[in-house]
Amino acid sequence: MMTASYIPAFKRWWLVLITAAVLAFLIIPVFIVIPVSFSDSKYLGFPPEAYSLRWYRNYWNSSEWLSATRASLVAASLTTLVATPIGIATAYSMRSLPPRVAGFVQLLMLLPMVVPSILIGIGVFYLYIQLKLVNSMFGIVAAHTLLALPFVVLTMQAAFATFDFRQEQAAMSLGASRFSAFMRVTLPQVRSSAISGGLFAFIISLDEVVIGLFVAGGSNTVITRKMFVALRDAVDPTVAAISTLFIAVSLSLLTASLFTRSAKR
Amino acid sequence: MAENAALLSRVERRNRLRIGLLSAAAVLIVTVLLLLPILWLFGLSFTQKGAFSLVHYQRLIDLPSYRAILLQTFRVSVMVTALSIILGYPVAYMIAQLPAKLAGLLLALILIPFWTSTLVRSYAWLVLLRDQGPVNEALVWTGIMSGPLNVLFTESAAVIGMTHIMLPFFVLPLYAGIRSFDWSLAHAATSLGAPPTSTFLRVFLPLSLPATFAGAVLVFVQCLGFYVTPAVLGGGNVTMVSMKIASNIEQYFDWGAASSYGMVLLICTLAILYTAHRLLDLNKVMTAR
Repeated sequence: MMTASYIPAFKRWWLVLITAAVLAFLIIPVFIVIPVSFSDSKYLGFPPEAYSLRWYRNYWNSSEWLSATRASLVAASLTTLVATPIGIATAYSMRSLPPRVAGFVQLLMLLPMVVPSILIGIGVFYLYIQLKLVNSMFGIVAAHTLLALPFVVLTMQAAFATFDFRQEQAAMSLGASRFSAFMRVTLPQVRSSAISGGLFAFIISLDEVVIGLFVAGGSNTVITRKMFVALRDAVDPTVAAISTLFIAVSLSLLTASLFTRSAKR
Repeated sequence: MAENAALLSRVERRNRLRIGLLSAAAVLIVTVLLLLPILWLFGLSFTQKGAFSLVHYQRLIDLPSYRAILLQTFRVSVMVTALSIILGYPVAYMIAQLPAKLAGLLLALILIPFWTSTLVRSYAWLVLLRDQGPVNEALVWTGIMSGPLNVLFTESAAVIGMTHIMLPFFVLPLYAGIRSFDWSLAHAATSLGAPPTSTFLRVFLPLSLPATFAGAVLVFVQCLGFYVTPAVLGGGNVTMVSMKIASNIEQYFDWGAASSYGMVLLICTLAILYTAHRLLDLNKVMTAR
């Protein structure tokens, strides 16, 4: 009798077919808005009947959209600058905390990921009303930092888990302060994770909608808030042009993140 | 000697404390921006005109419209979770068996939507599902349907769009969970005479269940609190609990009602996560991305 061996999934045509279909389901909608954004018509046709840069011009000539873009980019950059160092410091310090305290900090870091964002949204809104921070850039960055922190912390924890901290002790025994040992010995070796964490923070802030609906209005209206309102109330094709720009940003950041991840080894 | 040891351990302790304090900023941020406001909302949910009152929770029980919203939220979440399992499981199963390079490529394909804004993808479905949209045109053209399917602005549209958003959240942790599967177990089973189907059903499937369950829980609780996609694709015909919370604040400034809805949502979410965490290590799942 011959020994049958296990048939791998990719040798069964129907499994290959299902996988291909599911991947198509995942990928096609991401790219469908690109041709739509070049449509000449006010109508959301696909494929578009005539092509033009009309909606890009619309975007470029709208001071409202531009100022919302600026607010979002400022918020995302500041969030990255704040959340990344704090996240790195937190992941670094958690190793030397007593286990119970570290467990508590870990739990705190998971909360922004698991508490529904609508609750964080109205909670932050309520707090900001008392503190008069509604629609302030400081308030937006603080709230986005709250959301981004867990991603930086988790990424850095994974990096520190495999790092040999005796290198830091060696540097310190040679006279380096703890800070300079960290900056010159540790950080360069976990750099790719730190960059990954920073990219995460940036995209989380840039994409955030729900909290922005409550606390990112006025002169600091973020672009996602404007997009959401445009989608919910009336379908403005300008959103297609902006979506295409968003896709370009997401793809660049994803490529950067994959690149730094593969550079790790 | 003993004094030195005591001194050293004191220095050591002080050092540890100093390093530990580096967590202070993060702890402060989460405490002030998340814990404090939620405690506040908890208080508001039991307050009416400055006095303790159960009126907000009473309304949740009395109002049939609220029960309908809760039911719709659960129904949509269950459907999205089920679809994610049905669509995501074969993909993860397949990728786990591919050579590393090809697997990496397919994973990158799953990461593309994962990194693309929820708003952008909801907008895409708005285009795709229109009456004259490509999906309907294709259905009519191939003769599957005689006229356009009016999907947009229904619960189905919300479910389709949400599944698109949630699928990577299911596939990525499931893949991470089954990547370490020992394929020699499958070979052993078949060499003992098991046909491939029963090898799958009796060896692979049971071993992949914890990761499947964890991914499903993750998807389910995120669906419960989902706001953006159902609001855009449901076009007012789909009301999730999160949307009711938002409209209570935006339209009526009714903090009591919004908080009581919010507490129910929060308790459901945390209870599900806690139960799942007792059964398996969700920490591992959260970090698998």
